Amino acid sequence: MEKTKKRVKIEDISKKSKKLTELRKEDFKPLPAPFDTPESTPDFKPLSEKAEETYECSLDDTLAVSIPKPATKEEEDKLVAKFLSGLQKLFTKENNWTFLQPLLLSMEHCATCHTCSDACHIYEASGNNPVYRPAYRSEVFRRLYKKYVKHKGNGGMLQAWRDGEIDLNWTTVARLAELAYRCNLCRRCAQTCPIGVDNGLIAHEIRKIFSQEMGIAPKELHENGSVLQLKVGSTTGMNAIVVKDNLEFIDEDVSEKTGLTIETPWDKAGADILLVHNAGEILSWPMNPGAFAVIFESAGLSWTMSSELAGYDSVNYGVWYDDAQFARVAIQHAQVAKNLGVKKIVLGECGHAHKALTVIADRVLTGDLNIPRESAFVTLEDIVMSGRIKVDPTRNDFPVTLHDPCNVVRLMGIVEPQRRVIRKIAPRFREMTPHGVDNYCCGGGSGFAIMSGHNFGDWRAQIGGRKKIEQILNAFKDELDPSIQKYVCAPCSNCKGQLRDLFNYYDLWEKHSILYDGLVELIVNCMEDVEPGFIEWEMH
Amino acid sequence: MGSILLILAYAAVAAFLAAVVWRGVKIARLPIHLRWELYPVAHEKGRASYGGSYLEEPNWWTKPRQSSLFGELKVMIPEILLLEGVREHNKSHWLRTFPFHFGLYLLGGLVVLLLLGSAATAMGVTISGDARLLGRALYHLTYIVGHAGLGLGLIGAIALLVRRVSDLDYREYTKKADYFNLVFFVVTLAVALVAHATADPTFSGLRAFFVQLVTFDVAASSGTAVPSALFAAEIVLGCVLLAYIPLTHMSHFFTKYFMYHDVRWSDEPSFKGGKIEQKVTEAMKYPVSWSAPHIRGDGKKNWVDVATSGVEEN
Repeated sequence: MEKTKKRVKIEDISKKSKKLTELRKEDFKPLPAPFDTPESTPDFKPLSEKAEETYECSLDDTLAVSIPKPATKEEEDKLVAKFLSGLQKLFTKENNWTFLQPLLLSMEHCATCHTCSDACHIYEASGNNPVYRPAYRSEVFRRLYKKYVKHKGNGGMLQAWRDGEIDLNWTTVARLAELAYRCNLCRRCAQTCPIGVDNGLIAHEIRKIFSQEMGIAPKELHENGSVLQLKVGSTTGMNAIVVKDNLEFIDEDVSEKTGLTIETPWDKAGADILLVHNAGEILSWPMNPGAFAVIFESAGLSWTMSSELAGYDSVNYGVWYDDAQFARVAIQHAQVAKNLGVKKIVLGECGHAHKALTVIADRVLTGDLNIPRESAFVTLEDIVMSGRIKVDPTRNDFPVTLHDPCNVVRLMGIVEPQRRVIRKIAPRFREMTPHGVDNYCCGGGSGFAIMSGHNFGDWRAQIGGRKKIEQILNAFKDELDPSIQKYVCAPCSNCKGQLRDLFNYYDLWEKHSILYDGLVELIVNCMEDVEPGFIEWEMH
Repeated sequence: MGSILLILAYAAVAAFLAAVVWRGVKIARLPIHLRWELYPVAHEKGRASYGGSYLEEPNWWTKPRQSSLFGELKVMIPEILLLEGVREHNKSHWLRTFPFHFGLYLLGGLVVLLLLGSAATAMGVTISGDARLLGRALYHLTYIVGHAGLGLGLIGAIALLVRRVSDLDYREYTKKADYFNLVFFVVTLAVALVAHATADPTFSGLRAFFVQLVTFDVAASSGTAVPSALFAAEIVLGCVLLAYIPLTHMSHFFTKYFMYHDVRWSDEPSFKGGKIEQKVTEAMKYPVSWSAPHIRGDGKKNWVDVATSGVEEN
């Protein structure tokens, strides 16, 4: 294990200073060539003076949550009191039955062995910044819990001797809010913990205190995210009319491109399958829902999309920060399927939507709302491997690698279906190292892919996504020549959003002809019944 | 003196068991939680090797789940005995923590051997280096396991302590109680090692104590001479340590079961009308008091009310 060079103690989080830690590009872990020197990568943009003045940014050099600075000491005290009441509620079964058992187990049993540190791509990419150590946030929170919840602030010296020192003040609270958003919730660290402590879960639970008690969450996740989705139907802001219009255009485009006649079925009661996409696909990667339609129609499936509220947008941002919002969206998704009387819901290429509706919501959806959910990877494997569509792998004769969305792979165990498809249709497929359940997050996980306020986009590219860039460059290391077009198959909308930003940031398409896109595009690209050239080799 | 030690030993065992049961029941009685599994899940038959799950099956809900106890054992045994996870992910720490833990396992084995030896003695079996097969085997095994356990445990405890003192990455996370715990182990194991190296190398004195322990012979023990002050110190320290461990984070020796089986590997799906659904339905009736504007929990509305209402209704 490489040693941490900078020193920041746990109790330092409560001590007022300009920054708890500073981010300097030269400290970050070097990338492979040609990005192996600090000069070869863009500069880390500092926060603006206005942002520094307006928001609480004493954690590090970026902002995700952007809490306005309280004007007075009284305001600060009110916020601290609110945090404390949320902290106490988090450890009651009434308010947090949803995660109480795993949380308590993680609170009580960490041996501080630091095995988790080496597993964390953020800690590694930052050059082992001590504040980004997965256990740092957890240990701060553990000490707060033990002092203020378990011992109600009356533990005295014995409690401090046993559990360590910590003070609860506005500096601690403000920094903790931001620190909860320096973790992708990929849970790679939890996978390596010999005891089973889950630092990802702890970050998730801290976010819940801020959202569920204090009403504090990144705007992109709450106001412009789950609130908007429950109000108009989609976090993209698309209502039913707009989404149907857009799909009509996509159908036309895809029909023209493929030579097939494609018409997306809407609100077909009694269909076997309700297909739900991340609506971001419809706006940003329209060929993805188009490709799904091509495959499902060619395979003769009985399927439909829904124009009901949230029925055309599978996202569920609540899974990252708020149990109430999570449950509301999950129930709405299930209600849509129930209304249509479908046999199953198939989730398109969106990792967190997979996990939210299939796994996490499994203990929310009861009775008639418990409608079977299946991953599109499984449905697609069934179609491709059974020969229901004919494929010509030679059309995919270019280097391909696969990015594993954490939510689908490490958190759901869907590992092989997508691989079996790719092995069949992409003769020059190679794995990233590591891959499968040991994969690294793209750096956009837990909502980061849609968060770019202030300089957070820089943080995502320089730190969050650094490990993924390293993996991609290594996967294509012998073919980096721009004359060779290369394809990163990233079957997840948020991962694609992150890869789009990363590729633009590091100029991967211009310099090395590395493109990213989904799984269905790769399948349609080699379908015999389709005109060649479905994949558009240009940055999008 | 002998009877005091005996009473202390009973008290320590009782405190240990009570603490384990109390903690275990407390954890087991917590409400059902949302699924939060992490792959690989060891019991996934035919899929655990690469981290796959039953969700890879088309229409998985129509097919019987294939769970493998052997798969779990294949992961659990090396994890428990060899600390496989630390070895794989944190080798430098494993070199310190493995001898410590394995030493403690051997000491657990020593207790078993002493109990067997006590039972055998009570049945008239002689335990010595030139006794019959059973007596001879118990004699040699006790000797080897006892010394190896004390030695490895002590080396590991010292190595862990040195790391926590000298390595800043560890020191910054080490509470004063953690130092105390390690020092407690070092002292207890060192005292025991010296006691057996000097006064009771074959553990026959300790076995005699165990005979009294298993025969509940407190009266006889009051007249028994204590072999040495070191032996008494060993018993006292060992008893206090035994009672202390489950009260600390070191209770992970059994709570790890819950962390793996109730969280990490808890992948059982809920079906309509099933047990999980019943538990979820109960939990959804809990009152909510989260006070953010989009929830406005007043302690009266429950999770069903919150989950089925829109943001604007709150």
